[in-house]
Amino acid sequence: MSATPIQLDAQGRLLHFLTIEGLTHRHLTDILDTAESLRGVAERRVKKLPTLHGKTIVNLFFEASTRTRTTFELAAKRLSADVLNLNIATSSAVKGESLLDTLRNIEAMQCDMFVMRHSQSGAAEFMARHVKPHIAVLNAGDGRHAHPTQAMLDVFTIRRHKPDFPNLRIAIVGDILHSRVARSLIHALSILGAGEIRVIAPRTLLPTRVEDLGVQVFYCLPEGLRDVDVVVMLRLQRERMEGALLPSEQEFFQQYGLTKERLALAKPDAIVMHPGPINRGVEIDSRVADGPHSVILEQVTNGIAVRMAIMSITLGHHAQASGEDA
Amino acid sequence: MRDAEFLIEAMTGQLRELLARRGVAEPALVGIHTGGVWVAERLHERLGVAAPLGRLDISFYRDDFSRIGVNPQVRPSELPFDVDGRHLVLIDDVLYTGRTVRAALNELFDYGRPASVLLAALVDRGGRELPIEANVVGAHLTLSSDQHIQLTGPDPLQLIIQTAKP
Repeated sequence: MSATPIQLDAQGRLLHFLTIEGLTHRHLTDILDTAESLRGVAERRVKKLPTLHGKTIVNLFFEASTRTRTTFELAAKRLSADVLNLNIATSSAVKGESLLDTLRNIEAMQCDMFVMRHSQSGAAEFMARHVKPHIAVLNAGDGRHAHPTQAMLDVFTIRRHKPDFPNLRIAIVGDILHSRVARSLIHALSILGAGEIRVIAPRTLLPTRVEDLGVQVFYCLPEGLRDVDVVVMLRLQRERMEGALLPSEQEFFQQYGLTKERLALAKPDAIVMHPGPINRGVEIDSRVADGPHSVILEQVTNGIAVRMAIMSITLGHHAQASGEDA
Repeated sequence: MRDAEFLIEAMTGQLRELLARRGVAEPALVGIHTGGVWVAERLHERLGVAAPLGRLDISFYRDDFSRIGVNPQVRPSELPFDVDGRHLVLIDDVLYTGRTVRAALNELFDYGRPASVLLAALVDRGGRELPIEANVVGAHLTLSSDQHIQLTGPDPLQLIIQTAKP
């Protein structure tokens, strides 16, 4: 499940958005530039564009989400699409068959895009392989694998503050092991040519061979924070943890929590990010989360424009493809 | 190839006269990306307009999204003034089918309710598909549908007419 060529057409255009892996610098900058053009829509009287008027987008969430689902919904509505939200609670793992069944039923409602979150890695790609050719699939998080729209909104936020990627030092801190956000972000930063990517975590919360992703590994937070431009804090994902990976949340905060004192080791103009939801006092102190270096709420705002960009780009390519057939 | 500057000179005179006749003392100019912005920048300077120049990218308002998708070169639209109650002059380089102007008008109204909108075009090449006409035109050209006219710039501004090879 490394590169996913299924998300590109024969000309290399994005048809689905499943993972950052396998995308080019050009793919990413096209999304970022389009998002930049869409950002102003929120400041107008009519916060709406007619671009996807008449399209139907289905948010298919097999895993709980507030921020991601609502920003996807708002993105679709600001592009004038109709949105259907399906929250399908999963007590047990969803089998391939039942997923296909769900898919066929929603397809029968004549929709144009699936936005999907699922606890199984590869679920969005599975969807993309089975949908009718006119439907675009966006991955809103699949297991531990990928969360590519989050990565794009993160690099969009970084670029707005610090556009010079080759000279940036970025630290990703905390539960790397369970984090699809971290994986997608590392790929996006590498493609954009980030100078240095650091991961800072206890050994138990790092995937094996994490160095292969091209990152510097630090086990000590103060050491890893030294002179960084960007600090990305991750949520401690207790719900995904099996066994005793952690002593206690208090102890984790003592060693890996971001406090004002520790942030002072980073560059004076460093920005602090977090994909949310925040565990205050577990991975980040409130004084930092709400402090002057924090761009956490900006990430939420930017998420709407970035998702609008990805929706209009992928659906636009589907339109082009079907137009060529006609 | 034709130099566009003298056409802009002619437009400046027409527009100044039209605004005076209508009693519009403080108009705001809005150029449509890309060529329309170049023309608007020059008119803005020549007329000495106080309000900062507006720029529209109508990519997200086009009526052919279902055929061509999103233009990857899209830029942000910027209207750095309050549209409500303003007398606006919308400016494009080439007026042809009228579809771009239709899209631009729709976008303008998502910013507010202008008092009036005038349309100025560097070239009117005919071939309208919508009931849209310009108030100010630099030059009227009669071109056939296999001819293509393009403004290159920003410096110098030149009009290039090409005939498509069959």
